[in-house]
Amino acid sequence: MSKDIRIRKGLDIKLVGEAEKTTANATRSNVYAVKPDDFHGIIPKVIAKQGSEVKAGDPLFHSKTNEHILFPSPVSGEVVEIVRGAKRKILAFKILADKEQQYVDYGAKDVSQMSAEAITSHLLASGCWPFIKRRPYDVIADPAVAPKAIFVSAYDTAPLAADYDYVLAGKEEALQAAVTALSKLTSGAVHVSVNKKGSSPFAGLANISVHQLSGPHPVGNVGVQIAKIDPINKGEVVWTINPQDLVVIGELLLTGKFNAERVVALTGSSVKKPQYFVSKIGAEVSSVVYDGGVSDTNIRVISGNVLTGDNVKPDGYLGYYHNSITVIPEGDDYEFFGWNKPIFNKISPSRALTFSWLFPKKKYDLNTNTNGEHRAFVVTGNYEEVFPMDIYPLQLLKACAVKDLDAMEQLGMYEVAPEDFALTEFICVSKQPHQEIIREGLDLMLKEIG
Amino acid sequence: MSLKDKLHSLKLKYKGKKMAPAFNAIHTFLYLPNEITHSGAHVRGADDLKRTMNTVIMALLPCLIFGMFNAGYQHHLAIGEITAVDGFFGSAFWSIDNLVVGLWKVLPLVVISYGVGLAVEFLFAVIKGHEVEEGYLVTGMLVPLIVPVDTPLWMLAVAVVFGVVIGKEVFGGTGMNILNPALTIRAFLFFAYPTWMSGDKVWVHGAVERANEIAGGAQLDAISGETVLGALAQGKQVAYSASDMFLGFIPGSVGETSALLILLGALFLVFTKIGSWRIMLSAVLGALVMGLIFNGVVSAEWIGTGSKFYSLMSTEFWHHLIIGGFAFGVVFMATDPVTASQTNKGKWIYGFLIGFISILIRVFNPAYPEGVMLAILLMNVFAPTVDHYVVQGNIKKRMKRLKVKTA
Repeated sequence: MSKDIRIRKGLDIKLVGEAEKTTANATRSNVYAVKPDDFHGIIPKVIAKQGSEVKAGDPLFHSKTNEHILFPSPVSGEVVEIVRGAKRKILAFKILADKEQQYVDYGAKDVSQMSAEAITSHLLASGCWPFIKRRPYDVIADPAVAPKAIFVSAYDTAPLAADYDYVLAGKEEALQAAVTALSKLTSGAVHVSVNKKGSSPFAGLANISVHQLSGPHPVGNVGVQIAKIDPINKGEVVWTINPQDLVVIGELLLTGKFNAERVVALTGSSVKKPQYFVSKIGAEVSSVVYDGGVSDTNIRVISGNVLTGDNVKPDGYLGYYHNSITVIPEGDDYEFFGWNKPIFNKISPSRALTFSWLFPKKKYDLNTNTNGEHRAFVVTGNYEEVFPMDIYPLQLLKACAVKDLDAMEQLGMYEVAPEDFALTEFICVSKQPHQEIIREGLDLMLKEIG
Repeated sequence: MSLKDKLHSLKLKYKGKKMAPAFNAIHTFLYLPNEITHSGAHVRGADDLKRTMNTVIMALLPCLIFGMFNAGYQHHLAIGEITAVDGFFGSAFWSIDNLVVGLWKVLPLVVISYGVGLAVEFLFAVIKGHEVEEGYLVTGMLVPLIVPVDTPLWMLAVAVVFGVVIGKEVFGGTGMNILNPALTIRAFLFFAYPTWMSGDKVWVHGAVERANEIAGGAQLDAISGETVLGALAQGKQVAYSASDMFLGFIPGSVGETSALLILLGALFLVFTKIGSWRIMLSAVLGALVMGLIFNGVVSAEWIGTGSKFYSLMSTEFWHHLIIGGFAFGVVFMATDPVTASQTNKGKWIYGFLIGFISILIRVFNPAYPEGVMLAILLMNVFAPTVDHYVVQGNIKKRMKRLKVKTA
């Protein structure tokens, strides 16, 4: 049954540098990298040794805890380097791409004829499994545990996010194959949430239950949608998957090829010409960023959006789950009397001599300054204004901070992921690291309760 | 080299040293720090704790300025020196003479409050190696506004040390305390030096001195500086009109007298979203309900005019809002987010009970008819309990959802 979702609580962070709806081909990246850190909680075991040749779709490594979960190479070429950090932790697999791309042929499938087991083993073998994440804990799904439902958010409300309606246009066939396959893996429904005002390619698909979204960010967060449609109780599992990853799965099912291509939005106030690029998972961000041109030298390059993305540095690589690259100025400078003078150029949920409430339509050029120092939690009641779930955010954060597992469980920890606390982190007067606190809390729960 | 660069190199020099927090506190006062985001969201909102606290101070400033004029006005009025209308706006209130007395008496209170309190804060920050947190900025402004104008400075200093150390630092500093630090200081003064904190002599500058002179045999008229509440508690006739009480031309603690300016401060805090309107509104409701109950008791003639509670009970219910420290306490101290209830539902309960209990104490404690201080301190202690039950409601809802599923 379809159920529309409308929220009032939240905050749209309007930034300068929205991607123009034109798509260019990115300069071909020489080296691609797959970073095990993109897959939270996964300890990699090397399959493709340094110097070996791989095709696109060949596994690079598998999870230490489950050898069936394979992580594929997005391109064909030579594994030129396995970068290691402290304690020989693997930081990245670097693949020097061939000029002519070769794909492993996993064989085209007729999804409607496949059983759930066949689909699961096919997705595992072809390296598509890591696209599927689970709640609670926001980690890669366990193939042995069937979810009660699967959720896809096809409307990203994060600041400067890629417009899914635009990047997925024309991919209906692949999407249909993917959702049909997924619908066989759950006893419940595949819930897809779309922008009420948009025209989503999902609208006409079969085997899904479509929900229309309206309201400010974080209505596009899948966690909010789960909470409104079918909240997670203790002992239940749901899966989530990004729509652009459905395209990869769909293509695999239709053609047998693991095609890591995706349309990436290059955004942010430091980009001269923000627009969309066709690129691939793991591509050098420079291959996209420098076509767009940056207007400053002191910049931060983020794989993903400004709320949840990773700081990848200008010589970094596109993250495995990301479909946008944001470039904004660093804010490592002092501001004279910045704490008490009237502020017009920053966003604030309050009106304490901050005037963003006067200009609801204005787009801001924010930098990475924290606008204050880390303090104890003092202000109350402000997180609730931007937190649309039926959860007490401050109390949950405090339970995580003191590692009180019982309280975490009771207060709704199973329902949240770090990204759900990005907005409370944004507005936090005490500049507390909310997402980090929640991530550590989830990790602790996963370890202790499982 | 600009000031900015000089301070930056000094900051690097002090980094890791014992005195670093003290230096940083002054540095961050001048410059918003150059800190950038490291984890989580890459951009952050404009507000920090300094801005939040500063907003409260701005809301308090009108009360402080009015309090200075009023200190002088009450003094001159009491010794019979208000004769000519020679002030601004053609009133006897806004005169330079009044302001001079006010500055002379009130500024030292402000200086001592901030000086001693911040010294303790800096000391603890250096010892414990954390940054100086901004909580005291507001406390330091509240304290001079809630004490009688003639409070000896040494007393204030002792009380501030007690309040900051016992009321706040032993719990871990700003954000961790259970009781409102400003009220802890006020309560310490009240219980340690009751003769300076209550009665009919302390509220007007010069009254205590005059009383001593009379006791020494001087032939002078005694100054009566009774507050409205004091008069009511003793069943005397109140010499002030409701508009005087609302505008604040009455004796009382330095900043608490003008309900009008407190109301403006409240509107400012609510508009800037810094103060909780839930607490303010529910406290007013609580006070009105209690006031109506007492008025009802009087009109039902359950108590007679002879009762020592009669006078306060028969006070019109809405007068309670504009006399004594009720308005000031509710707007500026009950709303302290650290010591108040932290859930929105809890804030309604917490605020209502503060209003309710304030008037209850006011009426039944004629020896010290100012109930709002004790009511807020009491509810500070119970705020976590209120929150506990509110949060339990949320937890129960979640449990119920689970049961429906599994059943």
